[in-house]
Amino acid sequence: MKDLTKKTLCNLVKGIKKKDFTSEEITNFFIENSKNGKKLNTFITTNFERALEEAKNFDKNKNYEGLLSGIPLAVKDLFCTKDVKTTAGSKMLNNFIPTYESTVTSNLWKEGAFLLGKLNCDEFAMGSSNETSFFGNVINPYGDKLIPGGSSGGSASALAANFTPATIGTDTGGSIRQPASFTGTVGLKPTYGRCSRWGIVAFASSLDQAGPMTQNVEDCALLLEAISSYDSKDSTSANIKVDQYTKNLTDNIKGLKIGIPREYRVENMPDEIDVFWKKGIEFLKDAGAIIKDINLPHTKYALPSYYIVAPAEASSNLARYDGVKYGHRAKGNNLNEMYENTRSEGFGDEVKRRILIGTYVLSSGYYDAYYIKAQKVRQLIKNDFDKAFKDVDAVLTPSTPNSAFKVGDKKDDPISMYLNDVFTVPVNLAGLPAISIPAGHDKNNLPLGLQLIGKAFDEQTILNLSLAIEKRASFKRQITEWWK
Amino acid sequence: MVEMMSEKKFDYFIQGEKNKWEVIIGLEIHAQVLSKSKLFSSSPTKFGAEPNSQVSLLDSAFPGMLPVINQFCIEQSIKTGLGLKAKINLHSVFDRKNYFYADLPQGYQISQYKNPIVGEGEIILDMPYGSKKVRIERLHLEQDAGKSIHDLDPENTYVDLNRSGIALMEIVSKPDLRSPDEVSAYVKKLRSIMRYLGTCDGNMQEGSLRADVNVSVRKVGNKELGTRCEIKNVNSIKFMQMAINYEAKRQIELLESNKIVNQETRLFDIKKNKTRTMRSKEDAHDYRYFPDPDLLPLNIEKSLVDMLKKDLPELPDEKKERFIKEHNLSAYEATILVSEKEISDYYEEVVKSCDKKLATNWITGDLFAVLNKKNVSISKSPISANNLSSMISMISSGKISGKIAKNVFEKMQINDEDPQKIVEREGLVQQSNPKKLEKLIQEVIAKNEAKVSDYKAGKVKLFGFFVGEIMKASKGKANPILVNKILKAKLN
Repeated sequence: MKDLTKKTLCNLVKGIKKKDFTSEEITNFFIENSKNGKKLNTFITTNFERALEEAKNFDKNKNYEGLLSGIPLAVKDLFCTKDVKTTAGSKMLNNFIPTYESTVTSNLWKEGAFLLGKLNCDEFAMGSSNETSFFGNVINPYGDKLIPGGSSGGSASALAANFTPATIGTDTGGSIRQPASFTGTVGLKPTYGRCSRWGIVAFASSLDQAGPMTQNVEDCALLLEAISSYDSKDSTSANIKVDQYTKNLTDNIKGLKIGIPREYRVENMPDEIDVFWKKGIEFLKDAGAIIKDINLPHTKYALPSYYIVAPAEASSNLARYDGVKYGHRAKGNNLNEMYENTRSEGFGDEVKRRILIGTYVLSSGYYDAYYIKAQKVRQLIKNDFDKAFKDVDAVLTPSTPNSAFKVGDKKDDPISMYLNDVFTVPVNLAGLPAISIPAGHDKNNLPLGLQLIGKAFDEQTILNLSLAIEKRASFKRQITEWWK
Repeated sequence: MVEMMSEKKFDYFIQGEKNKWEVIIGLEIHAQVLSKSKLFSSSPTKFGAEPNSQVSLLDSAFPGMLPVINQFCIEQSIKTGLGLKAKINLHSVFDRKNYFYADLPQGYQISQYKNPIVGEGEIILDMPYGSKKVRIERLHLEQDAGKSIHDLDPENTYVDLNRSGIALMEIVSKPDLRSPDEVSAYVKKLRSIMRYLGTCDGNMQEGSLRADVNVSVRKVGNKELGTRCEIKNVNSIKFMQMAINYEAKRQIELLESNKIVNQETRLFDIKKNKTRTMRSKEDAHDYRYFPDPDLLPLNIEKSLVDMLKKDLPELPDEKKERFIKEHNLSAYEATILVSEKEISDYYEEVVKSCDKKLATNWITGDLFAVLNKKNVSISKSPISANNLSSMISMISSGKISGKIAKNVFEKMQINDEDPQKIVEREGLVQQSNPKKLEKLIQEVIAKNEAKVSDYKAGKVKLFGFFVGEIMKASKGKANPILVNKILKAKLN
């Protein structure tokens, strides 16, 4: 039988329904592929045996009611999965097996999918290159020296290398969109509150959002529909009806107004990114969209504000990892020593850096100067978007200021690493939905992504615009399976 | 009480070696919200359960768990705010108070810092020197921590998370209290108000009510406040009073020997009756408060507050006014009857069908004596309100005399027996038939002719002798008023 792992998620769902192949057959293909792809270091935990059982069960019962009937899916290891180790990429949780299932993954299983494995990510989702994982860095299928982006780097690589038909990641400052951009895949960060955060290991609560990562836009619509829901267990979850993204998906975007924010032409941005951006504008024009220049004047303050708000929340969210209840525990002669040893051993450098930053900015005497000010800037950034969206239906930007970089290139230069998120971070601060779609390659033949930012809870519009771009860009991942 | 003793004057000053000092006290009361489940989880809150048997994934801070506010606890704290005549803040915010401790699973306590749910209010105290208003600064909601148990094992500390996440109301007073007696009155009044409202059971033994006590001293006549010390987590009124006494004297000694009082947190050692430093201001935690991003700001509908206000039960101050006005009780009597919800409930049950003045006397006199002797609260009274009421009715209707009533009251305590049955069984009904009484009196007169002559000759004191003889002959059952009347007629 022909390798089925190249098929899109939608085609797999259709094929299973039409009985072109069985769930067991495709599951075997993905398992085989994954086993041959260990060099990419995408999996932290595999669930192959159980996945096969699930597939066989599915083939026996043949229940096609779900959106994802019979589909094996690997997910970022930030989602708590019942009875399957969940590490968040950290030594701290290296022995942690949840007794509960996150709402988002529950939604996947309700739609008929089952767990193929848990994918590598930056430790506690803190990183832009997947080099901070306790389980080693992930390699981009585009080259053995390249990082896949982060923090959902394992998800992006596994998807681009066809180890999983689709996947879900989380995005706090670009952790879905940036790796999608670096691996030539589609990644969408939904509106804050669209997907439940319950059962997702928290990084920065006011910014974290789960989202789909897929081969193409159609798959993205399908997966978004599957994972979105209102959840009374998450107080920040939005009680708003989930759209039928697949049914309403269309590339007819004639007359939609697209904003081009001049502030995104950042310093030192390579010319080719600018050229690529213009190409995106042309695609949309060609599809009948109206292009408008807009202003998002506070954009330059987004990154510094983000690196106050996110670490502040993280410093508090990660306080629970103290060795008392679960996870890593080091020895110590008294409680404080036990804490110190546990957290010194359990956390990696980047996590420690952010805990220190977060603790600092919340300290008395600094709180007003940093945290409060950052919150004010956050409001201004939101206001910028609100104002822009009075005139336009969506905003188009590049997803990242550069393509995938080499392993180790920025590891010791956090500022340069953080600058990678310059285009994605404002979206999280404003709580808006945004998608990254692959639309071209740079001079080194590495993929580049375009970002479409939408109005709150209007994921449909950015999906439709993405479909229009996808049709015109005719992007194809140029990957040789060198790791086999 | 106020009118009765308004002559008394406030007199709690401490005479140091050089000066006379005034003691300034403010209280932060932690009152456990009466609620079946915790503030942000559905775990039960029953006291005394097996350790760690009432703990959810949220209470133990598992990864990815999120808090969801318990609406009932919100309503309970609004009610309490209304009971304190306080401003209800329609917009309030939950913050994280960050610190590490083994019994604080999240590494932070969810509390309210800058924007509490309840703002300024007041409590009126009935002191011997008149009524005193104590201002409330705020009331906020917060989670309780778990319990560290250090004495089960020489090397390990055990942690019980049953309390972790239970809803507390922290009620902060202004520094308006001036003596241990005022502190006692304040805590009792606050407890009483919350028990009337059903928002806190006020059970101090079970830790439902604890206090941090802020104490400072200043020379009498000074206006400025001195440096205060906070005595943490005192869980009985007696200990609060002891701690204040000790702490005030300690501060005075320091100041009179030209030393300074350091602002610090102290602990009260019950065994030594002393306070000692827990941590100095320099070692104070930096709690790094910030709004909890897992929770949206709390916005309350005004209609909810109005509804709760409408359904508010009558509170002690209002009840007292009503008892004075409508039941013709003295302020003193009314104060006693409303001091605890159970007492006023009992009283109101009794007076549904009997004389109010008599009921007040019997409850505050004989019944309280019995409760004291048996060391039980009125809710466990050996005599039910119904039976006491019917006994009092028998007195009013003349069926039994006050004297017989004492006898009946004794017997009622055994099995909470119906006084009617006791009276009938023991034949204790008062003899009020004039013909029968006349016969009885005639017999006594006939037996004591010599004394009758003496009486008629002017020894009027003998009247009491005749009454006594008649009562004896009737085995105490003769209606004394009628006896008096008939005897007088016969003798004159």
